[in-house]
Amino acid sequence: MRHFKTAVCAVALAAFATTASARDLVMNANTSDPAQKQAMEDLIADFEAAYPDIDVKFNLYDHEAFKTAMRNFLVSDAPDLITWNAGNRMKVFVDLGLLEDVSDVWKAEGLYESMPAVVGASSVDGKQYGVPYAYYAWGFYYRKDLFEKAGITETPTNWEEFLEVGAQLNAAGITPVTIGTKNLWPAAGWFDFLNLRINGVEFHADLMDGRVAYTDERVKNVFEKWGELVKADFYIDNHAGYSFQEALPFMNQGEAAMYLLAPFIVSMFPEDVRKQVEWFPFPTIDPEVGIYEDAPTDSFHIPVNAKNKEDARLFLAFAAQADVQTKTAATLDMLPPNVNASVKDDRFAKGGFAQLSKADGIMQFYDRDTDPALARVGMQGFQEFLKNPDRIDQILERIESERARIYGGL
Amino acid sequence: MAEITIMTDHRAERSVTFFRKHKLLIMPLVFIAPAFAMFSIFVIYPIIQSIALSFTEWQGIGPKKWVGFNNYRLLLDDPVFWKSLVNNIYWLVFFLLAPVLGLFVALFLNQNVYGIRLVKSLFFFPFVVSQIVVGLVFAWFYDPAFGLLATLLDPLGVSLPPILADENWATFGIIVAGLWPQTAYCMILYLTGLNSVNPEMIEAARLDGAKGWRLLVKIILPQLKAATFIALVVTVIGALRSFDLVAIMTEGGPYNSSNVLAYYMYDNAIFRYRMGYASAIATVLFLIMNVYIVWFLMRLNKNEKGAR
Repeated sequence: MRHFKTAVCAVALAAFATTASARDLVMNANTSDPAQKQAMEDLIADFEAAYPDIDVKFNLYDHEAFKTAMRNFLVSDAPDLITWNAGNRMKVFVDLGLLEDVSDVWKAEGLYESMPAVVGASSVDGKQYGVPYAYYAWGFYYRKDLFEKAGITETPTNWEEFLEVGAQLNAAGITPVTIGTKNLWPAAGWFDFLNLRINGVEFHADLMDGRVAYTDERVKNVFEKWGELVKADFYIDNHAGYSFQEALPFMNQGEAAMYLLAPFIVSMFPEDVRKQVEWFPFPTIDPEVGIYEDAPTDSFHIPVNAKNKEDARLFLAFAAQADVQTKTAATLDMLPPNVNASVKDDRFAKGGFAQLSKADGIMQFYDRDTDPALARVGMQGFQEFLKNPDRIDQILERIESERARIYGGL
Repeated sequence: MAEITIMTDHRAERSVTFFRKHKLLIMPLVFIAPAFAMFSIFVIYPIIQSIALSFTEWQGIGPKKWVGFNNYRLLLDDPVFWKSLVNNIYWLVFFLLAPVLGLFVALFLNQNVYGIRLVKSLFFFPFVVSQIVVGLVFAWFYDPAFGLLATLLDPLGVSLPPILADENWATFGIIVAGLWPQTAYCMILYLTGLNSVNPEMIEAARLDGAKGWRLLVKIILPQLKAATFIALVVTVIGALRSFDLVAIMTEGGPYNSSNVLAYYMYDNAIFRYRMGYASAIATVLFLIMNVYIVWFLMRLNKNEKGAR
C-alpha cells in the first residue's frame, strides 16, 4: 500500500513537473501552398491535442527560400523538426552529418511493415533518416470532353495508342499536350517516364547516380522516342515562355487536352473544368519492361543539432499513424504512405494509388534523384531539346560533361 | 594635493595641444570612422570573402575544398558563362539608348502648358514601379497567346515571334522592358538639368542664328554635361547589374539564352549549390565593373581638381 502511495505521488509529481515546464518543439516547414499549409496546421493541432504538454512552434518558409535557409539553420540554429524530401535530397544532408538517424522510430512503430513503399527512399546505407507523411503519383490529367470531341473513347495504354490519340487530337484542332518549361522541371517528368518505360528502373537509378554516361546509346533511344512526340506536334508552341501554372489556361480554354503532372494541379483547375478532368497513367512503351513510376515523397526529419529530439520522435511516431496519415494526405490531395491508412475517395487519388500499387519500383523525381547542378543542366537540355530536337547530340555532350565534372570519368 | 592638480592640468593642456596640432588630420578621420567601419564590415569584407571563396569548392555548408584557379579554368570552358558575358555586353550597348531617349523625352516635356506636371509624373511613373512589376507586365505584353502585343498585332496580320520563349529574342525583350524605367530615370535627370540651362545663352545663340539641331548640340548639350555624366553612370551600372528583370521574365532561359552574369551567379549559388563557382563569376563581374569604376573615379577626381 505504501509503495502504491509513493508511486501515485511520483506519477502526480512527474505530471505536475511536465505541465509546469511546457515543452517547446520547433518545426521549420516548406509547406507554403494553401493546401499544404492547411494540412500542416491541422496535423500540428491534432498533435498538440494528443500531447497537451508539447507546444509546437511552427515556422513556415516559401519553397525556394527554404532550400537556402535550410543550409543555414541546420548548422547554426537547428529546429527540432523539418519538412523535406526523401531520396537524394535527403542524402545530401545525411552525408554532411546534419540529419538524425531515426531507425529506432521505424522499429518501435513497425513502420517497415506499415510503410513498405517508402523504406528505400528514406534510407541511406540501411538506416532511416526521416518519416514520410505523403507521396504522390505523376500521370496525365486530361479533359474527357476534348477527348470525346476528337473521337477518342479510350485512354492510351501503349505507345502506338498514345501517338494515335495525339494524331486524333491534332486532327480535331486540339494540341495534345500542354506544358510550361520555364520552370524546367515539368520537362523532367517526361524524361523520367520515358527512360523508366524504355530502359527500366535500374538503368534510370544508375543514370541518376552518375554511373552511366548521358551519351550512352540507351539514353539516345529515349530522346528518339521523345523526338517522335515533338515532331508529331504534341506540345503547345512557346512552352519555354510559360511557368507550369501559366500553361494551364491552354487546357482550361480547351486548346490543349493533356498535362503530365502531379496532384497539386487538381486544385488549380477552375470548378467547371475540373469536372471534365480525368487521369490516366503514363502508357507503356516496351512491354518487357516493368511498371516503374515517379512518386516524390515528402517527409519529416530531425536535424542532428536539434534541442528537443525526444519530442521530435514523438511527433514522427504520431505523424506515421494510419489515421493521421489518412487525414493529412486527404488535405494535400496526395497519398498516405501508411498501408493501413485510407486513400481519399476521389478519382485522382484512387487512380494514382492504383498505379503505384501496381508499380514494380519507384523513383523520386529527376531533380530529387540526381545532383542539383547536374539536374539543372539536364533540365535545361530537355527544354532545349523540346524546341530543337535536332540538337540532341550537342545537348547530350553538354550534360555528359557536367556529369563527368561531378561524378568523374567512367 | 595641489601638486597633483597641477600635474593633471599639465596633462590636459598637453593633450589639447596635440589635438590642436593635428586637428586637420584627426577630425576628418573621426567623421569618416563610422562610415568606414560600416563600409568595411558590409562591403569590403564581403568582397574579400567572396574572392577567397572563388578559389574553393563549397556547397554552402560542410567543408570547403581549396581548388586554386580551377573555378576560373572551368569558367573559360563554360559556354553559359560566355553567353552571359555577351548578353551583358548587349545590355550595356542597348541600355545606352536610355540617356538618348531620356533626353528627347525631357526636351519634349520641357514646356509650359496646362497639365504638363501630370504628364511629367506619368512619364516618371515606370521608375517608381518596382522592377519586378515592370518585368511581370512586359512578360504579359509579350505572351504570344493571350498578350497585349499579340492581340493588337494579330488583326493587322503581323505575327511576332514568341519573344521570351525564343532564344534569339529573349534578351532583347528583357532589355526593352528595362529601358522603360531607365529612360524615365534619365528623363528626370535631364529635366532638372534643363531647368538650370541659362536662358540668356540660348537667346544669344538664337540672335546669332543657331536653331534646331545645332542649338541643341552646341549650346544646350554642353550645359547638360553634368546630367549626361550622371545618366551614363547610372545606366552603365544598371546594365551591368541587370538581374531582377531576367529573374522574373525568363529565369535566364530558354536554356540560358538570356542569362547574364549576375543571374548566372545566383543560379549557381542558389540552385546548384556551387558557391565557389558562383563566387568566381562574381569576381569576374566585379573586375569588369572595376574598369568602369576606375574611369568614373578618375573623371570625378579630374573634375574636382579642375573646380579648385
